[in-house]
Amino acid sequence: MENRPLEYDYTVAKWFMLTTVVLGIVGMLVGVILAWEMAFPAVNTFAGSGLAEYTNFSRLRPLHTDAVIFGFTLSGIWATWYYIGQRVLKVSMAESKFLMFMGKLHFGLYLLVVVAVVVSLLLGISTGKEYAEFEWPIDIAVVVVWVIWGMSIFGLIGIRREKSLYISIWYYIATFLGIAMLYLFNNMEIPTYFASGGIGAWYHSVSMYSGTNDALVQWWYGHNAVAFGFTVPIVAMIYYFLPKESGQAVYSYKLSLLAFWGLMFVYLWAGGHHLIYSTVPDWMQTMGSVFSVVLILPSWGSAINMLLTMKGEWQQVAASPLIKFMVLASTFYMFSTLEGPIQAIKSVNALAHFTDWIVGHVHDGVLGWVAFMIMAALFHMAPRVFKREIYSKSLMNTQFWIQTLGVVLYFTSMWIAGITQGMMWRAHDEFGNLAYSFIDTVAVLHPYFTIRAVGGTLYLVGMFLFAFNMYKTMTSARRVEESELQNASPMGA
Amino acid sequence: MFHWLEKRPFFFAVAVFVVISFAGLIEILPNFAQASQPLVGTKPYSTLELAGRHVYIKNDCNGCHSQLIRPFKAETDRYGHYSLSGEYAYDRPFLWGSKRTGPDLMRVGNYRTTDWHENHMKDPVGVVPGSIMPAYPWMFKNTADIDTAYAEQITVNKVFKTPYNQEIPMADGSKATVKLAATLDEAHADALEEAKAIAADMKDQDVKDAVAAGQIPEIVALIAYMNSMK
Repeated sequence: MENRPLEYDYTVAKWFMLTTVVLGIVGMLVGVILAWEMAFPAVNTFAGSGLAEYTNFSRLRPLHTDAVIFGFTLSGIWATWYYIGQRVLKVSMAESKFLMFMGKLHFGLYLLVVVAVVVSLLLGISTGKEYAEFEWPIDIAVVVVWVIWGMSIFGLIGIRREKSLYISIWYYIATFLGIAMLYLFNNMEIPTYFASGGIGAWYHSVSMYSGTNDALVQWWYGHNAVAFGFTVPIVAMIYYFLPKESGQAVYSYKLSLLAFWGLMFVYLWAGGHHLIYSTVPDWMQTMGSVFSVVLILPSWGSAINMLLTMKGEWQQVAASPLIKFMVLASTFYMFSTLEGPIQAIKSVNALAHFTDWIVGHVHDGVLGWVAFMIMAALFHMAPRVFKREIYSKSLMNTQFWIQTLGVVLYFTSMWIAGITQGMMWRAHDEFGNLAYSFIDTVAVLHPYFTIRAVGGTLYLVGMFLFAFNMYKTMTSARRVEESELQNASPMGA
Repeated sequence: MFHWLEKRPFFFAVAVFVVISFAGLIEILPNFAQASQPLVGTKPYSTLELAGRHVYIKNDCNGCHSQLIRPFKAETDRYGHYSLSGEYAYDRPFLWGSKRTGPDLMRVGNYRTTDWHENHMKDPVGVVPGSIMPAYPWMFKNTADIDTAYAEQITVNKVFKTPYNQEIPMADGSKATVKLAATLDEAHADALEEAKAIAADMKDQDVKDAVAAGQIPEIVALIAYMNSMK
């Protein structure tokens, strides 16, 4: 029998890498437009007053959040799944015609859903629930895409050669199950066209839950979409790519066990912290608050496990921009998972809720942790997938520093903006009257909105550098041999 | 045990599912029936109000405006009585929002008028100098979707027993009834009657002409919804 290494088939991984880059740029470009619109409202009509309905803040905002969550991040999750899955299970997609077909179908249907989402959001067709704006026809398509991904996961697992599931696989399985459960329950809705016997818009639906119940389900979903979209699969990536790139073994197996099962159990409880001082029962708010603080443990468990994996090899951080991306991602993960619990403490939440501090928190997590990790993953994959070295190391370094500066400007300005606004809302004068009218608390934010827009723009510039570097890697960088692809990724000057 | 699980993907997946389902079962289910009881004085939406609510959602107003007044003095001073769970009983979906780029709108009907909204939606800065809210001129031209609002009324009445055509107790002891039209034409006629009352307080000649011709612009529906928020 011929004894040579498996040839993995990265066709589907490559396609999802492409959508990761493209949808990342689209989502963040829309985000940058929104940021400038908040700083300078005249930007709302940048494409002329005739198109203002489609370019103003309110229509673009869901497009931004959904493009980054379900476009950029989800593509990144799938690009890495179709890469990592084969490698840690020691089986090639090419060995199963069925799985190959399913992978391609997965990508094709996903593209159709993306198009449907963009068109419907621009037209204002929305259920009104954040990150779950899609109407029922798109929801059904999403479920189909998800089931196909599930078949790919369990299909590949079914024909695996390596019997033990590596840590990353645990996290991908959890992502699949978690999102499936959350998405199904939160999007329970009744199409009004059918229920009313054919009246009105065919795509319109009404939520099965009302008021406070709807809020509960929505934030159980919303918070945990963050868990199973922005945390769990990103941890899957870092558990694979950091040890691979650095050539170091994962620091502690026991810590990874504790962090995984801890995260699974604790995360779901914390959704209630979005509803503090709302009309949901007090004990749920308290549970949300308490579990948010407990959540520091499993979150830091993973992050510390990753940082300690670099033990004795810290010179790699200076030497390799790829390691820099991952170590910074892990650091931002720690930072963000400390900031979140602080905001979930009731008295802090009273100040922070409804302000820009929350927006800042989301972005230090997504820009600093999620996006940095996904880009690092793609950088590591590119030489293995395209059999070429990374086009430019110095471009990577430039990108790293531009984007890091962007994130820092973003969250610091939003801290100041959020806390300033929260303090002004509650300020009373010596007679017990409100000290500020609402518009005072808006006008004061202008400089911070401007700084945030600059930060966001820097990050977007970094995205373009990333796209350029990836494009050159794919098309014209030096070809490499298999022997160069053991650990540290080969990079051109 | 964990080594055993890691070699058995099926049981591994089951274990994960059990662990992640826990919180939902304990936190969400017990309160479910109770939290949707309406308060005395809480009415379902009329066809025009519901069409206005759809305009609100279509333009993601909830992206910048909350509908949730928290129980703090600063909030009750600014926006009125803090929110009660039963007040949301007919809100599908809930529109609490997660960000206050603009002020809360839970009880905006208590302190803003048709006239104010008309001017403000056309030119926010003209009404509130320094405002960063964009203008919504298309709402004065687009026609509100009464059909879909009516379809939704039928749906919630049929499926969730939302009390249309029934006496509803009001806070002052009186009774009120919100009508669910028997036919689509009747729903249009009723909505138009409501729209006429609002258009009478408006200045925009195009809107007045449209309503006189039997059309209902989105802005009229939106204002009907805003005025109902008390």
